[in-house]
Parts: sequence; C-alpha cells; structure tokens
Amino acid sequence: MTKYVFVESPFMTPGELALRAYEVSEGVLIKETCFGLQVTGAPEAVDHLITEIRTFDPNHIFIKDRGFPPGDPRRCRANLGGARPGYLGHEREFRLLRYITRGLEALERGEAVPEAAREKIRGLDIQRLQELIDEES
Amino acid sequence: MAKVFIYPATSLILSDLVARFNHKPLGAALGIRERIQTAGIDSPPLQITPEEPKRGLKYAAVEVPSGVRGRMAIYGPLIEEAEAAVIVTDADLAFGCMGCARTDELILFSLRQSGIPILELKYPTSDEEGIRFVAAIKKFLTGLPDGGEA
Repeated sequence: MTKYVFVESPFMTPGELALRAYEVSEGVLIKETCFGLQVTGAPEAVDHLITEIRTFDPNHIFIKDRGFPPGDPRRCRANLGGARPGYLGHEREFRLLRYITRGLEALERGEAVPEAAREKIRGLDIQRLQELIDEES
Repeated sequence: MAKVFIYPATSLILSDLVARFNHKPLGAALGIRERIQTAGIDSPPLQITPEEPKRGLKYAAVEVPSGVRGRMAIYGPLIEEAEAAVIVTDADLAFGCMGCARTDELILFSLRQSGIPILELKYPTSDEEGIRFVAAIKKFLTGLPDGGEA
C-alpha cells in the first residue's frame, strides 16, 4: 500500500517531516518528495505511520491513497519524462490547502461557521416593467 | 465507518477530509491499486485488459465507447460499494479526453441515481469558504451511519 503525504506548513518542511517519519517508520519505505512524502509498506504499518505523521502538524498535513508504488516504471517520471500524470491535479488542489487548513483550525477552535452571502437577485427594473406594460396594452 | 465515494476521484482534499473524519474514501487509487498489485495480470500501462470493457457493460451500453466502459470497470464497483458520496461540482482539474469527460458524467449520473446520501460542494476560494467547506463535510460525515465524533 502506498500513500501520499502532503505538507503545506509554515512550521515543517518535507525534509523535516521525512526525518521525523523515519523515527517512527517501523520498516515502512519513505520517499521524500518536493511536496512531502510517499510511504509504502504493509497496510497496517502504513496506517500506523500515517496516524503518527498526522499528529506532527494535524492541520497542515494531508494524506491520500496512491495506486502505484513509488518508482513504478509505468508512472515514474524518471522513465517517462515531464510531469507525472496526476501531478497537475495535486498542484491545483495544493493551492487550496490553506483554505482547508483555515477550516480545520476554525473547527478545532469551535468558531462559528460564517453564513454564505446570499446572491442578490436583481428585480425587474421599474422602467423596463413600464415598457412591458405599455407594449402589452 | 462508512464508505464514501469522492468526486473528483483523485481529489487530495476530499480523500484527506473523509479519512480524517473517520470514514473510508473510495477514490481512483483504490481501483487502480487493485489492478496494479494483483499478481498474474500484466497488460501495461494500466493493467486494463480486454476484460475491463466487458465488465463495464454492467454500467454502460455496448455502443458506448470502450474507453468509457473500461474506466467504468474501475469506478463502477466503487460506486456500488459506496454508502455516501461527496461531490465537488466545480472541479476544473477533473478534465481530460472525451473518455474521461463522459466517464465523469456517467459517474455523477450513477451516483445521483443510486439514492445514497450525497453532499455537493464547490472548492473554497477564500478563508470563509474554507471554513464553510470543512464544516459542511464534517456535518455530512458525522450524520452518516457510524459517523461519530472525529
């Protein structure tokens, strides 16, 4: 089983995260990347490591499953060249992570959820209404 | 723990939030992993064999392109397995060739037809929207069976 670990934190770099992850890895393969880590191993060991990793900086660390193992020749950009398929999706969502972090922090602090501003529905202009009445009459 | 289908199926944000709130996210990675790591199948690059479009017949008619049926062979079983779904409706990252685009339409149609609880959202573009986004997902997931406090 392989999982991605993304870190978008002012307190921790992927390098620091990798070092701390190694301390609790228990045989899980850890690959440091520009955005965080890829961790590969037996499902129980990976789940245990993920639980530990989340505690380092809960609101700034994000995790998702990966289908391919790291370095798989069918996906690895070392063989294919260029960005790996799927990277662009990660890049797009990576920019939104700060909003998610803000949401998680608000949840943690028990802040009230701000109400969505209602879209103003523009009524029929009075002059246009008069014109319509005049046209009909 | 409920099984929650996420759309876009490759979404990092949805996958993380669903797992964070103690449920199982069902995304593309699970279907792909099953094919990649099952011994005995070898049809690079994606372990999609001629069998997949046949399996996809369960979800799409025979005149539907094999690309859509092949993709549905991955997503269809996940949709069947799902007990709830979280959908981001303005996911501009979920684009692709016609095969991907039509499969995405079929996934959304199948989810809406399935009758499972669905939460539809838009990606946040500000801090306030981020707070609403996370709160909405938390509320939805907490309301699911076995969805206690995270």
